[in-house]
Amino acid sequence: MTRKFLSLSILLSAFLLSFSSMSLAAGADSEEGGEDPTSFIMHHIKDSHEWHFFNVGHTHVTLPLPVIVYSGDRGLEFFNSKDFQNPDTHKFGEEYAHEGYFIDSHDHMGRVDNASFTDLSITKNVAMMLLVIVIVLTLTLSAAGHYKKHGAVAPKGAAAIVEPIVIFVRDEIAHSAIGPKYKKFVPYLLTLFFFIWIGNLVGLMPGAANLTGNIAVTATLAVLTFIIVNVNGNKDYWKHVFMTPGVPIPLLLVIVPVEIIGLFTKPFALMVRLFVAITAGHIVILAFIALVFIFQSYTIGVVSTLMVTFINLIELLVATIQAYVFTLFTAMYIGSAVAEHDHDEAH
Amino acid sequence: MDLILPSSGLIFWQLFAFLALLFILKKFAWKPMLAAIEERETSINNALKAAETARNEMANLKAENEKLLADARLERDIILKKAQDASVKMIDDAKNEAIKAGALMIENAKAVIETEKRAALAEVKTQVATLSLEVTEKLLRKNLSDDKSQKDLVDGFIKELKLN
Repeated sequence: MTRKFLSLSILLSAFLLSFSSMSLAAGADSEEGGEDPTSFIMHHIKDSHEWHFFNVGHTHVTLPLPVIVYSGDRGLEFFNSKDFQNPDTHKFGEEYAHEGYFIDSHDHMGRVDNASFTDLSITKNVAMMLLVIVIVLTLTLSAAGHYKKHGAVAPKGAAAIVEPIVIFVRDEIAHSAIGPKYKKFVPYLLTLFFFIWIGNLVGLMPGAANLTGNIAVTATLAVLTFIIVNVNGNKDYWKHVFMTPGVPIPLLLVIVPVEIIGLFTKPFALMVRLFVAITAGHIVILAFIALVFIFQSYTIGVVSTLMVTFINLIELLVATIQAYVFTLFTAMYIGSAVAEHDHDEAH
Repeated sequence: MDLILPSSGLIFWQLFAFLALLFILKKFAWKPMLAAIEERETSINNALKAAETARNEMANLKAENEKLLADARLERDIILKKAQDASVKMIDDAKNEAIKAGALMIENAKAVIETEKRAALAEVKTQVATLSLEVTEKLLRKNLSDDKSQKDLVDGFIKELKLN
């Protein structure tokens, strides 16, 4: 169902995006300061060096964020994102270079002398990630505090919210997918679930960043899963990769490369699935909102608002489903790595 | 293209922050929470088991009680029956004794009566003899001058009568 919805939403958003650029090309929208819907949507979906909330008239309400740069020759440096932009339009550009660095109009950092450096800025997504972590910490630590204070009694307050999820992840995800050795992996799976889930939910708030729909975030999580799966892989698992049982030797020449590629496609699928699901949802919602500005009509406004509300409800569901799916697949990959089985059974 | 190119800064922060989150949560949230949940599950299981045992014990006790009650009832019945038998026997004995005593008394009475009867008869006979003698004397006074010889004769007759 989710997959169907996803493909539908991507189609719809593609349609809406092309539609809006068409109307722009026709010059229908010229008074909105030249911000076309595509860049409006992409601006919301992509990371940025400042956190832009909304405009009041021509005043931009933003949260300037720290810019942190590391380079071999200059060491670690800290700046304010405010120094890299036009104070009125809040636009970044190469012309607003500061101390040898600049942020270009695509929100990429650059160095005037073209030397190499690493951008470690607290971007919008990093700031939101910290916010998500604070929420997760508050929620789970106050839940844990309940048990510390009252012992092993019936849950109450935050514990009543967290405990059913903890039990669900432990029993329905970890235990059923990994098997008897599940206990070691429950903390990772729980952290993964809560981080993605809260990240997805906070991401739906107006003005929030598209954290879990960012490929860097999903890639990092997928790499962590990849490491955990392969570090814990037992003899059976590796034998299955390099000496797939029941396969004739000549065929191994084909099977082994496929199995090795398979090691990487699993986390790759995790990375892409979460990224696409969340980003597509955001694009659909933003596209419906963009329609209001394109048509500037009350009818479209009402219909768009209804649609946005409806899709937001679906996104609430998707937020939970994607957190569940990411955690479940991680557990299944771990399960396949630690399972002890004879190779007669079906895989 | 920007959208699918991960930025190094975000990867760094994500890795750093997520690992920090993982370690903090593992130590301060998941461990105590999972331990508490497990402890509670064990205690619930134990409580359920204890309740089951208690229920079984109760059932056993009840069965035992019923058995005791049945035993007691049986014993009571036996005692009652014994008592009844004893009383019946006592009544019978008493009756027999009474009958025997009665019979003895009747026998005694009969014997006494017999003796009395015999004495009376003897007396009556003596009396009759005396009377008849007197009558005879009176009659014979006129006929017999010797009173003495007459009387000896009669006595001889009476003795003869008694031997019968």
